[in-house]
Amino acid sequence: MMNITVVRTALACAVCMNMGFAHGSSDIDELNKKLDEYERRIEALETKDAETARAKSGSAEYSRRKTTNNQFNPAISVILDGVYASYKNNPEDYQIPGFALGGEAELSPEGFSLGHSEIVFSANIDDKFYGQFSLAIAEHDNEIEVELEEAFFETLSLGGGFTVRGGRFYSALGYLNQQHEHAWDFKDAPLVYCALFGCQYFDDGLRVSVIMPTTLLVEFGAEAFSGSKFPAGGEHDGVGSWVAFANIGGDIGTSHSWQAGASYWSADNIAREYGGHSHDGAAEIPLFEGDSKIIGLNAIYKWAPDGNYRERNVKLQLEYFNREDEGDLTLLNSSPLETSTLDSKQDGWYAQATWKFARSWRTGIRYDMLDSDNKGSDPGVLDEAGLVSNGHTPKRASVMAEWVPSEYSRIRLQYNRDDSYQVSDDQVFLQYTFSIGSHGAHAF
Amino acid sequence: MRSSSAIFWVAVTVLGGLPGVTQAALNVFACEPEWAALAQELGGDRLEIYSATTAQQDPHHIQARPSLIARTRKADLLVCTGAELEVGWLPLLLRRSGNARIQPGEPGHFLAADHVEMLEVPEKLDRSLGDIHASGNPHVHTDPRNILRIASRLSQRLQALDPDHADSYRQRYTAFETGWQDSIRTWNEHAKPVKGANVVVHHDFWSYLIDWLGLNRIATLEPVPGVSPSTRHLAEVKQLLQQQPAVMIVDTSYMNDRPVRWLSDQAGIPVVTLPGTVDFQQDETLQQWFDGLVQAISEPVQ
Repeated sequence: MMNITVVRTALACAVCMNMGFAHGSSDIDELNKKLDEYERRIEALETKDAETARAKSGSAEYSRRKTTNNQFNPAISVILDGVYASYKNNPEDYQIPGFALGGEAELSPEGFSLGHSEIVFSANIDDKFYGQFSLAIAEHDNEIEVELEEAFFETLSLGGGFTVRGGRFYSALGYLNQQHEHAWDFKDAPLVYCALFGCQYFDDGLRVSVIMPTTLLVEFGAEAFSGSKFPAGGEHDGVGSWVAFANIGGDIGTSHSWQAGASYWSADNIAREYGGHSHDGAAEIPLFEGDSKIIGLNAIYKWAPDGNYRERNVKLQLEYFNREDEGDLTLLNSSPLETSTLDSKQDGWYAQATWKFARSWRTGIRYDMLDSDNKGSDPGVLDEAGLVSNGHTPKRASVMAEWVPSEYSRIRLQYNRDDSYQVSDDQVFLQYTFSIGSHGAHAF
Repeated sequence: MRSSSAIFWVAVTVLGGLPGVTQAALNVFACEPEWAALAQELGGDRLEIYSATTAQQDPHHIQARPSLIARTRKADLLVCTGAELEVGWLPLLLRRSGNARIQPGEPGHFLAADHVEMLEVPEKLDRSLGDIHASGNPHVHTDPRNILRIASRLSQRLQALDPDHADSYRQRYTAFETGWQDSIRTWNEHAKPVKGANVVVHHDFWSYLIDWLGLNRIATLEPVPGVSPSTRHLAEVKQLLQQQPAVMIVDTSYMNDRPVRWLSDQAGIPVVTLPGTVDFQQDETLQQWFDGLVQAISEPVQ
């Protein structure tokens, strides 16, 4: 192409020089036309050349790749999480009247502490299966605890909208339940999550889900679990607890998206041990034996101008859970052994809104509320177990602000006005969450 | 028996030929509008095309929304950029879809970046360098020569997935190629005056366009990819512009334009805001989009 320009310039010069001579301008025009023609041909050839080169390099694509086993390493991400917590009340006194707590339902220690440091490995196992493994490492009472949060496989190629997942995983019982702690919008789980299922519910089992071939998302699924994890518990032959769930969702224009879900959890003949509390030196542990059911409802709405979530967005989230327990309550280690029947109805909800108002800034508010109605043959036993509310309605209001310089880092300041029990508490958290390694995809 | 089946096939052919009665053969899920528009060129009415994103959205930051899960569930062919552009949402959609046809390695999984020469492949992978992509700059669609290469491969894929209509795809490709070659020539001609001009870019979105038109990028406003320009960095760019004047600042429509406006006012050079991709939802074609790009980018020099 360069050469043609040179020729043209030369031609122009020649024309200048020969101005005085009797060269007809038609000759020049003709030459110019010819040059145009050549230019076109060369361009066509160049494109063709590039195409052939491409084709050739395409066939050599595989040989160019490095032959190292390293390439098959799974995606690894590590979450660093830490918090500085300040409470007005003694965090050791924490309780929710009307709800006997279990699982991880406790406040993080006052002052500096590490939260859940998490390691996640994931990869396609082959063309048929995907696998994910995640460990949470946390310290409780100066002891490092390693918790296997997830270890599951998932099918990729069943088709027909079907997916089967097996192993240990977070149940689809609730919307937030399926999100890793680092993806939560607040430092702590909603009260209802901690009051009913130890802040997050997982177990070992199998899930089958199907997405219907519709434009609107319509999903149905069922999970079968061993039933050994809180709020179930005990030994079970076969299926100890199971979940059925349904989700629907879609878009309204390009700026709005929504999802709504319902779930049902059931566990019969369980032996649920609550976290023990010290009583006159001996730890009396409340044990519930019987049948338990949970109904869950959730709704999520997101808005971003033109669907461009990066600059600004709003997210509204609402979940409601209702649990009914029927059976017997025993205080283990009490002497003489104290027992009572238990007929318990507990429910709770939370509503939250977050607002990303600038590229690196987000803020949010949340409100939690619980209610319980527990009856038994011996109210004294229920009281010992923490199942008597004394007319108190547990509630909490939270507000947070985040600085999110990139997708991989976040600094969060959160304040809770906590009325979980009769004495109001002011809670302040300054939290960091960093993610190193592969870029994880986050669910809606 | 034989004659009745013959009648049936004749009926099918006749009805099939009528517009509106034609049953769409393939459901195409395009991650970005440019691939939706390209599929439209290559498949026409044979395809039922859905674009997961619009020209107003940043394709790095898309939510794995319920509607997208439902769409991937139904897709026969997925056409995406690849090169980790959709890493924050596509893997999740693929897993949730329960759709075996579009998984990696299947004929229904087509990644455009696999078929072109990548620019800006990083020598060092470090997140302190920003949101970099190990495979190189993923915005390959801003060079029409890439579009042609990808079109050729995509057409082959359509022929393989829908062999009954392979001829029709082939014919469409040939027509597209001829028209596109002509267009490239026109665009080259039109953008000649801007060749070699100094430009400042907001995000390294237009690298392939810059490479194609032979522009000279002297600065990028994002200090590292995906990170908003700091005041200090902007001041540095302003200083650089005093020594080495630029003809324009090239911005992308879906980005926050405040830093760009500031620099434009300070340095007194025009901003050219280019739409990041085709407005497929408004029936814009790739041809029209490139016409607009070339027009806009040539303007400050004329």
